[in-house]
Amino acid sequence: MSGTFVGMPAFPVAAREAVHDATLRGNLRHATHTIRAKRARAVGELSDWARLREAGRRIKDHTLRHLDRYLVQLEESVTAAGGTVHWAADAAEANRIVTALVKATGESEVVKVKSMATQEIGLNEALEAEGVRAYETDLAELIVQLGKDRPSHILVPAIHRNRGEIRDVFVREMGAWGRPAPEGLTDAPAELAEAARLHLREKFLRAKVGVCGANFMVAETGTLVVVESEGNGRMCLTLPETLIAVAGIEKVVPSWRDLEVFLQTLPRSSTAERMNPYTSTWTGTADEDGPRAFHLVLLDNGRTDALADRVGRQALRCIRCSACLNVCPVYERAGGHAYGSVYPGPIGAVLSPQLRGTASEIDASLPYASSLCGACYEVCPVAIDIPEVLVHLRERVAQGGPAVREGNRVVLRPARGHAAERAAMRAAGWVFARPRALRAGQRLASRTRRLHPRTLPGPGRAWSGARDLPAVPVEPFRDWWQRTRGGKDGGR
Amino acid sequence: MRVALFLTCVNDTLYPDTGRAVVALLSRLGVDVDFPMGQTCCGQAHYNTGYRHEAEPLARHFADVFRGYDAIVTPSGSCGAMVRELYPRMGERARAEGRGDSLAAALAPVVHRTYELTEFLVDVLGVTDVGACYPHRVTYHPTCHGLRGLGLGDRPRRLLEAVRGLELVELPGADECCGFGGTFALKNAEVSAAMGADKVRNAESTGAEVLCAADNSCLMHIGGTMSRLRTGMRPVHIAEILASTQEEAAA
Amino acid sequence: MSDRERVLGRVRRALADVTPDDRPYEAAVERDYLREHGERTAERTVELLAENLADYRAIVHRCGRAELPSLIGRLLAGREAGSVLVPPGLEPGWLAGTDAVRVPDRAGSTPHELDRVDSVVTGCAVAIAETGTIVLDGGPGQGRRRISLVPDHHICVVRVPGQVVSSVPRALERLDPARPSTWISGPSATSDIELDRVEGVHGPRTLEVILLG
Repeated sequence: MSGTFVGMPAFPVAAREAVHDATLRGNLRHATHTIRAKRARAVGELSDWARLREAGRRIKDHTLRHLDRYLVQLEESVTAAGGTVHWAADAAEANRIVTALVKATGESEVVKVKSMATQEIGLNEALEAEGVRAYETDLAELIVQLGKDRPSHILVPAIHRNRGEIRDVFVREMGAWGRPAPEGLTDAPAELAEAARLHLREKFLRAKVGVCGANFMVAETGTLVVVESEGNGRMCLTLPETLIAVAGIEKVVPSWRDLEVFLQTLPRSSTAERMNPYTSTWTGTADEDGPRAFHLVLLDNGRTDALADRVGRQALRCIRCSACLNVCPVYERAGGHAYGSVYPGPIGAVLSPQLRGTASEIDASLPYASSLCGACYEVCPVAIDIPEVLVHLRERVAQGGPAVREGNRVVLRPARGHAAERAAMRAAGWVFARPRALRAGQRLASRTRRLHPRTLPGPGRAWSGARDLPAVPVEPFRDWWQRTRGGKDGGR
Repeated sequence: MRVALFLTCVNDTLYPDTGRAVVALLSRLGVDVDFPMGQTCCGQAHYNTGYRHEAEPLARHFADVFRGYDAIVTPSGSCGAMVRELYPRMGERARAEGRGDSLAAALAPVVHRTYELTEFLVDVLGVTDVGACYPHRVTYHPTCHGLRGLGLGDRPRRLLEAVRGLELVELPGADECCGFGGTFALKNAEVSAAMGADKVRNAESTGAEVLCAADNSCLMHIGGTMSRLRTGMRPVHIAEILASTQEEAAA
Repeated sequence: MSDRERVLGRVRRALADVTPDDRPYEAAVERDYLREHGERTAERTVELLAENLADYRAIVHRCGRAELPSLIGRLLAGREAGSVLVPPGLEPGWLAGTDAVRVPDRAGSTPHELDRVDSVVTGCAVAIAETGTIVLDGGPGQGRRRISLVPDHHICVVRVPGQVVSSVPRALERLDPARPSTWISGPSATSDIELDRVEGVHGPRTLEVILLG
């Protein structure tokens, strides 16, 4: 994935700053709580929500199970409709393909629709290195790009910024990229949207090359679908002469009809709307409507490694709605940057360690970035059991074992830094296998109860830094039970 | 009906009052409850921290200890969810790893006989008024594994509403996790503490004296935060409220 | 080995553990969700469309055939529109009540030329009541995708009840995937500032929908 995140510290360290940043906490709390209630209302309008969710899960599972067949079918359909299909095993290959396609047009700039896949592969940086400037046109992506910031949310990459901060970025940076911000710009959201409209207009009107992702790709017809709000997507999809789409191989669905599920579940889960303002569908190239050349780059970049994992492959059902981020209490407090990936939040914690492997410090810590509260699973419109995958990935980190990396079967060694934990778990397992040993320990704790402090030194501070320890009782329950024969002797 | 109390290792060691309350409550309702002395730990901490293989002998031990009972009652939503939700999954995983059906078969008998306390009261005994008296202002925090794992729904609320003298007040953001999460509380201590502090502030805003939940591990975290933040509130397990009677209230 | 073979090979190896399922697709995925939500008369469905369009800040008008030209004329005049984009196949009578300059939708028009046009009048392929959505598919009276995008004012005529369906599944049944389609639900908007919806970004900031009965 993108080089932006190499060398990220582990999640707890990265989260520390956010937890103590009152502005950031306020921004995230405000935004996520606003959307939570709205999502619940939008979902509540559909009496068959559970059935739509189940159908979405089954469509995705069926597709993944026959992914080779559907990818080949998609390739045939897109080609028959006048498009060209390219395959990229990794980010480097995808970047090379796109760069070459842009350079072949003779252009030195492209306009971009918000796309997670191009973020993931670091396409903008790759284009920049070859002298091609990529303009992000989604409002939040624009805010991130102008502010030289990193995305912190799947749907709203600038969610960590409030309106005042956005105003400041616009006033400070727009001039260097094109049309400056209007005089006297305030932090009213409507004015900020207007500033973005004016700034990007000239770029849309002169653009010759557009780059996009895809929310869905229909194998039987070769149709691509982009779901958006602002109209920047429509600008990039229809005004340029050349359109290049980069999409993960898991975005394919078998039939046109499958959209009837996802076009109901995605907007309601994502922006909590009955329908997002704009959805575009196109099939190859159309006569005199839109780009004359259409290229589709099918991206693996770790997806087949995830596909090889019996438990983890369900993460590939993800339709990038970001409902799991919006309900996650950990995301709300740690912020998106702490996840060290373009995929933050609960889904990021299960996707990144599968796409990138668990070798780095950040990736090995992501499976633990959850209290396993299950709120993410509850709202997921394709029923990804994120807690199940998190626990499975914890096992991979702590214990190692068989996995697939870049298409090769490997046996992972346990991650470093888990030796003490492993020893403690083994010791606890030994005690719990022997009720008498457990009892001896409990009695020892009870006898020494007056000596126990309310706070702990060393590693124990992880608990007692913010919480007092519970008092140890005079006797464990089992002693009372035995002494009083289950209370029949009246002792309490 | 042979009923066993699966108290959990945390309650046995740190919260024996909860165990005594369950015994008193069930006895009052005419249930003769047994405490199998061989019980230790269900293996949840191992499983959820990534030590599934280490959790397997604990699960087998659990199944051995509780095999003969018609109902296994536990005052813990999260340990209840471990047995009901995750034991079958452990069996499936063992099978997928080519280790046959033996684990699944060993665990199967206890899975559907395990009830969280409020489920046992409402669904099996069919009571919501357990004859308790608790003259205090109480707010209820539904713990995650009870709420979303077991689907306890409004059972705890119905039980609390029937308690004489108890004034139940709504907890803002009740559905949100308190931040305990087992080893999460240690591995991501700062995020966990921030979640705990928010939960406690929400609880304080209700003006309740008591925060009630059906899981002592969450209450250990919430209570430890309350005491550190010097709030006047105290954490109380729902079993202890439901076990309280007129005489105790008077005393 | 090409990347195509590499990726397909990885996919096949990744699925080696999966038990084969040779059921045809239609049997493999159960679709027990609703085709539409609730039973409504045709009239009520049109009302729901109007409510949901308005909920997302589209301006909704209703009129009969006879009043249509004058209504369109008034709407354009109200915006002081000096020019209007006209898609091929638009019923000529619709624009009888305006003297705005007609700009035909041509393949050769540049985006800058389109940007100078004040308004656009189109029909649509289908409208969805439950979501307040109109869908354009480039059919007669709809034009290329860009003409309903670049001008800041879009007037869309929906024939009711004939073009109105209840739900997303009903709309997809009527559409041909080979034709590029644009689904429009209100004027352009964004949720990118504090996850709250604000209308008016790059697409038309004013969407007027005329329900033609």
